[in-house]
Amino acid sequence: MITRHPDRELRLMTTHEPPSLQQRALPPRAGISFKPCHWPDINAGNPDVGFFEVHAENYMGAGGPPHRMLEGLRARAPLSLHGVGLSIGSEGRLDPDHLARLRHLIDRYQPASFSEHLAWSSHGGIYFNDLLPLPYNAQTLARVADHVDETQTALGRPLLLENPSAYVAFVDATMDEIGFLTEIARRTGCGLLLDVNNVYVSAVNQGFDAAAYLDAFPLHLVGQIHLAGHAGEVDADGRRLLIDAHDRAVDAAVHALFARVIARGGAKPTLIEWDNNVPAFDVLLAEMQAAEAILRSALAISDVAAE
Amino acid sequence: MAAALLDPARPGPDDLRFSVHRNNVVAGLINALAETFPAVHALVGDEFFRAAGAVFVRAHPPVSPVLIHWGGAFPDWIAAFPPAAGVPYLGDVARLEWARTEAYNAADMPSLAARALAAVAPERLPRTRLTLHPAVRLVASRFPVASLWADVTGRHQGSRPILSRAETALITRGENTVSVRAIPPASAAFLRSLMAGQPLEAAAGAGMNEPDFDLTAEISALFQAGLVAGITADNGSGSWAASSM
Repeated sequence: MITRHPDRELRLMTTHEPPSLQQRALPPRAGISFKPCHWPDINAGNPDVGFFEVHAENYMGAGGPPHRMLEGLRARAPLSLHGVGLSIGSEGRLDPDHLARLRHLIDRYQPASFSEHLAWSSHGGIYFNDLLPLPYNAQTLARVADHVDETQTALGRPLLLENPSAYVAFVDATMDEIGFLTEIARRTGCGLLLDVNNVYVSAVNQGFDAAAYLDAFPLHLVGQIHLAGHAGEVDADGRRLLIDAHDRAVDAAVHALFARVIARGGAKPTLIEWDNNVPAFDVLLAEMQAAEAILRSALAISDVAAE
Repeated sequence: MAAALLDPARPGPDDLRFSVHRNNVVAGLINALAETFPAVHALVGDEFFRAAGAVFVRAHPPVSPVLIHWGGAFPDWIAAFPPAAGVPYLGDVARLEWARTEAYNAADMPSLAARALAAVAPERLPRTRLTLHPAVRLVASRFPVASLWADVTGRHQGSRPILSRAETALITRGENTVSVRAIPPASAAFLRSLMAGQPLEAAAGAGMNEPDFDLTAEISALFQAGLVAGITADNGSGSWAASSM
């Protein structure tokens, strides 16, 4: 059990590495999730990218080309390290070996940001390679807060916790997602990663209003935004079912919600995720530029307001 | 819920949409397997690969979130998978692909130049050991495993490999890519002996059991390809080691 200190945010800041090594915060621009098949385009073309994000687990090998590419990315733009395997929502303990691997990567590459998911992916010694949901109640709140606290202590820095996409509803849920995330952030000092596509997918699947959810989201806690494409199906009951597939361009409805978020909360670092059916690099770059145009319109509005 | 994720016979929570997660888990792991074993995938076809993969995923699910380290059990498993018995070289092609994955992620270590060996007194050479780069792998097969792999992955255009010919594949890593090539039996015996930690004299002996062995040419080729990462010379009262670390 980790004891929480009232000065925890201060303590986390003072345990940071020296500023010369530590990358500064992600810029309020659009970035891309890096795929090795795009390395030749990036290496030769030096595209103007706000930041690069990588999945931490893909860089946990001892050496080789993955690490050379990561060094090359980091030299070009700020780096966001995104974990997909820590299983913060697990019933059991966090894997100390995995925390050590994350710490090693963070010490080596000093990314501007580290984020993980409000989900579980391991149970009983098996890794399921999926982000699985948990019910929101007092018991899970205490457990997730402990796990976030333990992670931040082990990594020596705050993390951003990402809202999940949901397909199932739990009968033992007593809190809503925003209340749950806000309370985790209050207890642990972590920030939030707002995945707008996840909100839209969950809203369609569970029948709530995505715009109302986003209007209630605590944007002052948001350190990064994720955008991605989703797949649409119809389930056995004939209801519309969206899958968080990350296999296509961002949907127009998600772009509109993103613009709504930016208009209220200002420009935030925004990532395009495209993990399956990965397109040619220029297609991905065009997606990033579309998001960047929305961010720039918000910056222009705030410039006018400041004058 | 966890128990139902890998077991389609076990009911999940009472929402039909639970199947999205079950599908994600099994399909996602099969996709990861297909990325590691593209030649096996191509040899058996997508339908067979996905069916076999689903059985493998349930028998050997990952125990760590570092999926680049998952799949090492697949070559032996697919070699012994009865429905795949009609493709007897499948296990060896899978071994080659797993060796490529290991080579890709192996530790970085600088290579030694040939002059490092010239610094060893000639009388000590027989008992000197060469440490090969951590990314070097050998895959021996009674089938033409390197040619089969090159053929099925489109790296080799021409006549189909003759199945009765045995091959040993040497897997090495360059700046950004992993290379595979078939090497003669004498080179294979020499390298295998070195990788087992044998001194040069014993490794040369292993090579000479095969036709056309040329020790000087073998050693020179190893250094030229950048495959030597350490030299340990016996000096009578102990040993000294050279590496550029």
